[in-house]
Amino acid sequence: MNDKKIRVLIAKPGLDGHDRGAKVVARALRDAGMEVIYTGLRQTPHMIAEAALQEDVDVVGISILSGAHMTLVPKVIELLKANGQTDVKVFVGGIVPNADIPLLLESGVNHVYGPGASTEEIIHDIRTSMTV
Amino acid sequence: MDLLVEKAIKGDRLSLSRLLSSIENNSAGSQQALDALFPLAGNAHIIGVTGSPGTGKSSLVNRIALEYRKRRQTVAIIAVDPSSPFSGGAILGDRIRMKELSGDTGVFIRSVASRGSLGGLSISTAQISSVFDAAGYDKILIETVGAGQSEVEIAGLAHTTLVVEAPGMGDDIQAIKAGILEIADILVINKADREGADQTELALRTMLELDHPKPKIFHHALLMDVVPLPDQQPDESLWIPPIVKTIATNGTNVEELTNRIEIHRQYLLNTGFWARRDSERILHELETSIKQQLFQGFISGIEPSDLLDVVQKIQQRTLSPHNATQILINRP
Ligand SMILES: Nc1nc2c(ncn2[C@@H]2O[C@H](COP(=O)(O)OP(=O)(O)OP(=O)(O)O)[C@@H](O)[C@H]2O)c(=O)[nH]1
Ligand SMILES: [Mg+2]
Repeated sequence: MNDKKIRVLIAKPGLDGHDRGAKVVARALRDAGMEVIYTGLRQTPHMIAEAALQEDVDVVGISILSGAHMTLVPKVIELLKANGQTDVKVFVGGIVPNADIPLLLESGVNHVYGPGASTEEIIHDIRTSMTV
Repeated sequence: MDLLVEKAIKGDRLSLSRLLSSIENNSAGSQQALDALFPLAGNAHIIGVTGSPGTGKSSLVNRIALEYRKRRQTVAIIAVDPSSPFSGGAILGDRIRMKELSGDTGVFIRSVASRGSLGGLSISTAQISSVFDAAGYDKILIETVGAGQSEVEIAGLAHTTLVVEAPGMGDDIQAIKAGILEIADILVINKADREGADQTELALRTMLELDHPKPKIFHHALLMDVVPLPDQQPDESLWIPPIVKTIATNGTNVEELTNRIEIHRQYLLNTGFWARRDSERILHELETSIKQQLFQGFISGIEPSDLLDVVQKIQQRTLSPHNATQILINRP
């Protein structure tokens, strides 16, 4: 009998101060039956990758407002790979200029969400990404 | 799975992490993995940290782990939070308070949702703990929120149980939950920087004095008084829970708290209670395992329609539950 649950790490790198959006997503994922590991503010890429490893998550959700996504996100992906977690999906949410989205996707991000994204959409995307 | 076990005990952290998941998920082969790891476990000191929500358990676990790292002990942390009974999901937020531990390969933090367990302590917590034990961690800190059965369960699993209180969360005796003193090996008043810490201490002390401390041991999952061994001085077998005031946010008095934890460990070893606690726990686990396996074997041999038939008879009051059980068990 297998009782697998989808495990999601929600991390907030950088110095920007509020995490309301990340918390809304965390609650929505919980209500969708997922186990959400919430790590709080000011996470470095090393801290995010380490937590993903110890928690054996399926998804890493990175919430960014500070504009530092082009350095932080690829670094997280690089560290996840270096740790052997090549199958972990990476989702990015927050304020990302349109021009950067293709670059992020190319660096290995599965989905990028703007501030207006619905939690239903995120839940749906996580579930579909698990089955492929 | 064999490879995972092999790599996990050699220190490969990703393998260890995946092994923990397969045990939590009850995946195929996880029981065999536990069997293979079993001979390697039994060396770790298991420390339970329980108490009401928000008293500072995670912050304290963070500090205790830092203190043990100074003492060159490796530390595994199991942070248990409740699953939502509605969705089955969970938000596991204890890591927020444990940032200082990141980047240290002598520490492994795992957040665990209580999942199906009603008590609050995950069914697999004991198994996860024994995997860390087999992987060679010296100290295993288990954080659980003190609600329902979980604090009694944690006391049954841990060698040393810390109960964390905080001032202002109800300083009178009635507010301090009944039964808390029975399970506490060490009482911690955290947030000692807050007003009211002295009143909380006074209330706890009064309760302790009323309690006439006696050594306790788990027997059939119940706390029982211990009869001292014949060759023991009576006072040697007596443990009076010390009260330690801490400030987890800046680490005040955590060294003293850690010393107390170590004194308790030494006490258990000196009095022989370490072994007695273990043997009581083993007996309880064995009984549970036998019950489960016998029941599984028995129930899988019964046609569901036969069972339904019996249920109906009981419902119609033509058969009592006791008689029905006898009939089912004694079927040819
Ligand atoms: N003033 C003060 N605040 C503290 C102290 N210890 C913890 N806190 C704060 O209390 C809040 C809760 O701390 P946690 O460590 O998360 O408490 P917890 O018991 O693990 O909480 P749950 O896991 O949610 O039950 C945080 O805001 C901490 O910063 C302390 O010694 N003094
Ligand atoms: Mg906590």
